[in-house]
Amino acid sequence: MVTLIINNQKIEVEEGTYLLPAIESLGIKVPTLCYHKALMPYGACRLCVVEVQVPGRDSSLQASCSYPIINGINVFTNTERIFRARKVVAELLLARCPDSEAIINIAAEYGVKEPRIKKKYEDCFLCGLCVRMCEERMGRSAIGFTGRGSRRKQETPYGKHNVMCWTCGACNFICPVGKKVQSFTIDTIPISIPDSFNMGLNERKPVSVLYPQAIPNKPAIDNNTCLHLNYDVCGICKVVCEAKAIDYEQKEQKSELNVGAVILSPGYNPFNPELKPDYGYGKFKNVITALEFERILSASGPFQGKILRPSDKTDPEKIAWIQCVGSRDYERDYCSAVCCMYATKEAIIAKEHEGEKLKCDIFYMDMRAFSKGFEEYYIRAQKLGVNYIRCRPLSIKEIPETNNLIIDYLTENDRKLSGEYELVILSTGLTAPGQAKKLAEEFSLELNKYDFCETSSFAPVDSPKEGVFVTGVFTEPKDIPESVMQGSAAAARTLSLLFTEKGKLVKKKVYPPEKDITGEEPRVGIFVCHCGKNIGGVINVPEVVEYARTLPDVVYAEDNLYTCSAESGEKIKQAIKEHNLNRVIVASCTPRTHEPLFQSIIQEAGLNPYLFEMANIRDQCTWVHMHEPKLALQKAKDLVRMAVAKARFLEPLYNRKVKISRDALVIGGGVSGITSALNLAEQSFEVYLLEKRDTLGGNFMKVKFMLNGDDPQKKLNSLINKVKHHPKIHIYTNSQIVKIDGSVGNFSTEFKSDDNVHTVNHGVVIVATGAEDYKPTEYLYGQDKNVITQTELEEKLANGYLQTTNHKQQTVVMIQCVGSRDEKRPYCSRICCQQAIKNALMIKEKSPDTNLFILYRDIRTYGFNEGYYTKAREKDVRFIAYDADKKPEVEKINGQLKVSVYDPVLNAKVNIKTDLLILSTGVIPRDDAKDLAQKLKVPLTSDGFFLEAHMKLRPVDFATDGVFLCGLAHFPKTVDESIAQALAASSRASTIISKEEIELAAVISNVVDENCDGCAYCIDPCPYKALTLFEYMREGSIKKTVEVDELKCKGCGTCMATCPKKGIYVRNFKLEHIAAQIAAALQTVE
Amino acid sequence: MTNTNFDPIILSFCCNWCSYAGADLAGISRLQYPTNVRIIRVMCSGMVHPNLVIDALTKGADGVIICGCHIGDCHYLEGNLKAQSRAEAIKLMLQDFGIEDERFRIEWISASEGPRFAQVMKDFTEEIKKIGPSPYKV
Repeated sequence: MVTLIINNQKIEVEEGTYLLPAIESLGIKVPTLCYHKALMPYGACRLCVVEVQVPGRDSSLQASCSYPIINGINVFTNTERIFRARKVVAELLLARCPDSEAIINIAAEYGVKEPRIKKKYEDCFLCGLCVRMCEERMGRSAIGFTGRGSRRKQETPYGKHNVMCWTCGACNFICPVGKKVQSFTIDTIPISIPDSFNMGLNERKPVSVLYPQAIPNKPAIDNNTCLHLNYDVCGICKVVCEAKAIDYEQKEQKSELNVGAVILSPGYNPFNPELKPDYGYGKFKNVITALEFERILSASGPFQGKILRPSDKTDPEKIAWIQCVGSRDYERDYCSAVCCMYATKEAIIAKEHEGEKLKCDIFYMDMRAFSKGFEEYYIRAQKLGVNYIRCRPLSIKEIPETNNLIIDYLTENDRKLSGEYELVILSTGLTAPGQAKKLAEEFSLELNKYDFCETSSFAPVDSPKEGVFVTGVFTEPKDIPESVMQGSAAAARTLSLLFTEKGKLVKKKVYPPEKDITGEEPRVGIFVCHCGKNIGGVINVPEVVEYARTLPDVVYAEDNLYTCSAESGEKIKQAIKEHNLNRVIVASCTPRTHEPLFQSIIQEAGLNPYLFEMANIRDQCTWVHMHEPKLALQKAKDLVRMAVAKARFLEPLYNRKVKISRDALVIGGGVSGITSALNLAEQSFEVYLLEKRDTLGGNFMKVKFMLNGDDPQKKLNSLINKVKHHPKIHIYTNSQIVKIDGSVGNFSTEFKSDDNVHTVNHGVVIVATGAEDYKPTEYLYGQDKNVITQTELEEKLANGYLQTTNHKQQTVVMIQCVGSRDEKRPYCSRICCQQAIKNALMIKEKSPDTNLFILYRDIRTYGFNEGYYTKAREKDVRFIAYDADKKPEVEKINGQLKVSVYDPVLNAKVNIKTDLLILSTGVIPRDDAKDLAQKLKVPLTSDGFFLEAHMKLRPVDFATDGVFLCGLAHFPKTVDESIAQALAASSRASTIISKEEIELAAVISNVVDENCDGCAYCIDPCPYKALTLFEYMREGSIKKTVEVDELKCKGCGTCMATCPKKGIYVRNFKLEHIAAQIAAALQTVE
Repeated sequence: MTNTNFDPIILSFCCNWCSYAGADLAGISRLQYPTNVRIIRVMCSGMVHPNLVIDALTKGADGVIICGCHIGDCHYLEGNLKAQSRAEAIKLMLQDFGIEDERFRIEWISASEGPRFAQVMKDFTEEIKKIGPSPYKV
């Protein structure tokens, strides 16, 4: 070891090392362009000059990167002489490469904006990093220097392609001025590695984080492209990583798990559009898939959210979407269910981005906007100017000069048109996952002819093998909410098998008893992190520490290379004990990822976890101000000062625990309610099942047969029998809810049943109250006995209608969307298309010669029901599309029903004399939904269905904790969807009642009774209805005040921002705390 | 005219769930923006009391920006809608204090919009630089 002094600080380093790393180890920043830790020093740029004084001699200027340390030297890094020298160097470099951003930044730091000498506009300043990289790390020596003096330049031997070059691009990567290597190496460009997350639209490095929000947010080395793992070269990541986290020896590990159930969610493969060569995907650059466009739209995508087309990176003004690519064709007679809406969404987002000038055309066959809120979204897209063209184009042509695309298409009335587009997006369908066959073999699953694992309507997530469950698109193409429901449903089915095992693998962390800090003055400890080079490479961390020590109440401060390391954790704990700290601040990265870790560390030292604060000096400082080190340092100090200002006020908080009732209340005894109740009972919970009518079964009693041939009533009856005989299910028929009090964990509900009044306590509520058929007033319904609804037809068919063989030939007309998709009820009722086709097929089966017409707007047989639509067409059911503004007309002339409708294909009005007119009536919410919603304090949609917490991601939860939703009360849906959602609701409910108690949030509102005058301004805005006004007697007079329901409050602070008198605050986010942070931010530092 | 020597102090209230995460993503993506911005983390944009904005602007902040989740995405259902209505009120209050309208902004930035966060902060800083120092600056 040798000793030296740097800026009056003594330091010991290993013999034979160079000066620059020693200086940097003290957190002192030295500018350099030619130094790289993984390469031999070269001393080319001379920016890193420092003053070195060898004992007994005068000090001299030396390039610190290439100066070997001698024992006893005295080094200065920040003198006027050094500044002047670096300034001259920077000026010379700037004159040589005036366009280099790196050089401009360094020059600016030394006050040079314009060089005084003539600019050369070179793109290389001969630092030799690329040459050293190629030689030392890659072992190729494909490039080198030629010439001498002013003719010195860097090139390949004789300026020709060098076979030694393997186009790894390392030279390109390491160049500090961003010179593009291919211009001087060879005619091939460096190997690019497509970024798989961005669908290969941009490149990534062999070491990369999959995408910016990946969890865990850690980079990984791709062993297919890493040169070190493949050829034992390079290896610079290991040298550069200060955390020493790189381990080239890591191998894939196999582990064996002993499990009681398996859930298969392998997802899907997007359809490969190259199988449709007429669309030119892969051949024409500007034909892309919708998933690719999705990445282009994303802010974290390949073009940072700018809408650019691949061929020339310009923004297109005319975009076309082609629907049903790989769906609804001969080979794949199913509908992918999601493409209509994703295309609509992409068009809306694109239009929002680009505004009026962007033209969006969507070529579609049927617009399938069948889910909650979808039809409204589709209408919104049309209002925004998205143009829907009903046609399936057969091919795409490219104009080679412009890379624009031509789509020839036929309109509905056979007019031939053509459109030119700058970008065409293929709405590719969903196909079975790649490993479907392998999974099927391993778990003895049965796959349908498209390799999906179709399940039965009554057990939508059960595979044929007990204990193996299937979810998501693997069972049928579906959207996010249905996938989430099935996921939760699989969890519910698993729980009913394994409820006795639940929680057995949970390990609880035990903390030492907490230190009482009441009455203590704040004693703040600060730990400032270098985060390797991430913070320390930009700002002088020790200077931040020095500064922190001067702040009020700060009794301790230190810096760490990595504050999150186990070693630093021990140091924090030690410092808390030694210095009796009662507030801890870590100045490092973001609390969003690291706060829990540090909270746990201070808890291990006996401090309450809420006595902790973070200053985000990496993500929000050094990373975003990398080229302004001085200002970044100042900002880091400001952020630390702001953190101290807040930390001094922090109070210990506690997550209060409350004992709960573990029983469940299910409202509604239809298929959904029964399913939920049964599943919860199977998980060993007591269930109260309330049914408004005198029997269980609900709407499903009206379903007489099913498309897939199942017998619905047999299944329903067996389900009802199970529920009736389950000892843990208490059924109350003819019941009516009087009131519901309490909140999650502790509800109390009073209800009447058969004239008796009951009150039950329960921890959760499941709303499964169903919906109703729309009773039509149009098309002579109620005036003519031959005008009936689909449900009435189903009843008729079940009771022998058309059974006799000797009847005369009949004509039957069905009209779709009666009471749906109109002004009064803009939503699509989702199930009527399937029901119509089901009944049509039944009629055709019983009496094949029947003339059958279905008048429709869009046929929405999503998923595998598409096959039945095809079958209906094969059976000669005639489908006539009508427009919303040209609805069919029905008359009765001389006792004969006559339907007339405008047929767009014939471009003429068609008159049909019919024997029977069937109305496909929509599903409407129940009248009493509003009353129940008020009692439960949960919202309804504008259509009157119950509104869940999040339409996509929380489809069975209400925003109010402990209340869940399933079945038709949520939105019209099929029986398998109802059952999946019902199972999902019981699964979500069991997350609460499977524990003895619930833990309440600690950061919630608190009322300051002295300040509160009961004005009640805060009560209405509270999104969780957690506040109530109450009065009590104080000093002989009535005092009004507000009370917080700690079970309901989530700590959003809406009340705090509404209160004019500081009468309510969110714990540890008091106005005073935030004001202190503001004051600290505004305080100017010297 | 832009005052080149003027280095404004800008305070940004960022909600914990979207905008603060968006600011972090700007960092992860190394997107550079002016150093003038100081972020104060709040749980929700709806938590920011109008008095805090007035307080900051009358005590020397040159600009204040509240950032929350996009409408419809609020972690607390509708806190951002409350913040939006309060922003109207704040603008009116600023008139009484003789503070330019442009010194206060409200923006929606999601957790995946790192580029947008950087851009908004760049634009806002530029704008404040154009207006010049706060009249309340000592």
